[in-house]
Amino acid sequence: MTSRLSAITLNTFREAVRDRVLYNLILFVLLLVASAPLFGQISIGLERLILVNVGLSSISLFGVIIAILIGIGLVSKEIEKKTLYTILSRPVRRWEFIFGKYCGLLLTLIVNTVFMAMGLYLALLITAHSLTRADVLLLGAIYCIVLQFMIMVALTLFFSSFSTPIFSAIFAFSLFVIGTFGEDLKNFAAMSHGPTKWLASAAAYLVPNFASLNVIARVAHEQPVNGSLIGFNTLYALLYSAAVTAAAVLVFERRNLK
Amino acid sequence: MCEPGYNSPKFPTNQMHAIDIRGLSKDYAVGFWKKKLLPALKPLDLHVEIGETFGFLGPNGAGKTTTLKLLMGIIFPTSGTARILDRDCHDPEVKSKIGFLPEQPYFYDYLSAPELLDYYGQLSGMPHDARKRRIPEVLDQVGLSDAGSKQLRKFSKGMLQRVGIAQAVIHDPQVLFLDEPMSGLDPLGRHEIRELIQGLKDAGKTIFFSTHILSDAEALCDRVAVIHKGELRGIGVVNDLRSAVAGKSEIIWEGSHATASMGDLLIESHVTGETVRGIVQSSDLDRLLEKLRQQRARLISVTPLHGTLEDYFLAQTREKETVNS
Repeated sequence: MTSRLSAITLNTFREAVRDRVLYNLILFVLLLVASAPLFGQISIGLERLILVNVGLSSISLFGVIIAILIGIGLVSKEIEKKTLYTILSRPVRRWEFIFGKYCGLLLTLIVNTVFMAMGLYLALLITAHSLTRADVLLLGAIYCIVLQFMIMVALTLFFSSFSTPIFSAIFAFSLFVIGTFGEDLKNFAAMSHGPTKWLASAAAYLVPNFASLNVIARVAHEQPVNGSLIGFNTLYALLYSAAVTAAAVLVFERRNLK
Repeated sequence: MCEPGYNSPKFPTNQMHAIDIRGLSKDYAVGFWKKKLLPALKPLDLHVEIGETFGFLGPNGAGKTTTLKLLMGIIFPTSGTARILDRDCHDPEVKSKIGFLPEQPYFYDYLSAPELLDYYGQLSGMPHDARKRRIPEVLDQVGLSDAGSKQLRKFSKGMLQRVGIAQAVIHDPQVLFLDEPMSGLDPLGRHEIRELIQGLKDAGKTIFFSTHILSDAEALCDRVAVIHKGELRGIGVVNDLRSAVAGKSEIIWEGSHATASMGDLLIESHVTGETVRGIVQSSDLDRLLEKLRQQRARLISVTPLHGTLEDYFLAQTREKETVNS
């Protein structure tokens, strides 16, 4: 089982690398490093704040875009091109295929994030000529961004297991946007009454709460991300992505692959 | 359904079947509310013996690929069962003993042939050392030893088909399922694939392959089944089927005066001067010869006509349509 899972995981990762998806990070690193001196000129005293905000937000946004672009085709492309036929005719269980794909895309995003983070640290080094203790705090935000990717990959895979790529992209991106304003949805639910309150509350708990995973502003202002928040976010991302991946498996197990 | 020629002496039936299909059917729900059922495969019963090369014939849309998808666990049956090597076709243990080549396959085109075979070998549960040893062997077997690290996106269609066969046999399976293995290939490509299948047959593999190219089935198969509109129309040993559809003889005699008394015995006749060439059902041959003797016509020759698989195929696919209409 482990061998089959690792084979599917590594093949998914290899596809992303060879299809030049990861070339975006070279562009990102080059742009960030090249523009680092400009931050100092346009925002005296605030260059670090802006650089961290722009850098971490870009890592998050690039990752979500890659998760959606690759994720929506993870299952549908394999069906369309019939590569799945040769996989399912082997001793590969359907859940192994889904979980292998999940791990492969997550691995792609983690490698992507590591390279982008290195670019961000390089830009910080160029701007301030040295790294400080506050810069270590960025790792907390980067970790939370990876947790965000865990959920996004599960969502795109779930939609890809039964829908067309275009609809999968629309559903996944919509949930990302709604989830980003998850706290606002909770506040709205708290202020509402009657059925609206129930509906808004249900929606607030069902959609992924990306707001609580976003600690970019906090680390940009050199505030640490405390351990309990890291722990809560880790548990939340694990449970949410496990539930969504399990739903994707349930759908896929019953699907006739015409 | 009666299976003429099923008990082939070459493949005695007192052993485990390689493939055992019983009442296997598939309906698709169609329409906006998915309430209308479209039968893609009507209840199918057939067996394939171990070591046999079995041709599954039918025109496009007959239900060949549906049957193969059901056997591979890609779609689920509406009813019935399918067993391979005496185990349910979904059993992972069975799947490590079968190989499958889909129709017009596409493979991960960013991989090279050795990488692809390594991937499929891993999925089939082959250990690293076994894969390392087997990959060059299989590439050599399919004539792709020189492919090297070239990505599959640069392969011709014939090369891709050979890669397809290579991935199907990388784990040395006992039973092979090939869906239209020669379709879309030029004559040279077809010949190469035919040679490959012949080699696998000689190696004792059980081969179940679907095709609508009858000459390939005729050349390679021990038995064939004809399927049309999701329904099994006939099954048997190739030679038996040819004979069944043949059953006709060509008869040539001198004495055109005798033609008129033949009545309905002649299926067709052609008169050139005094010489008559007629086609007769073999069952009517004795009666026709008797009449010729009575008419004192001079018999020149009687030649049994050999049917082809195509004749049988056409008879099976047209027969019911005529009855239905």
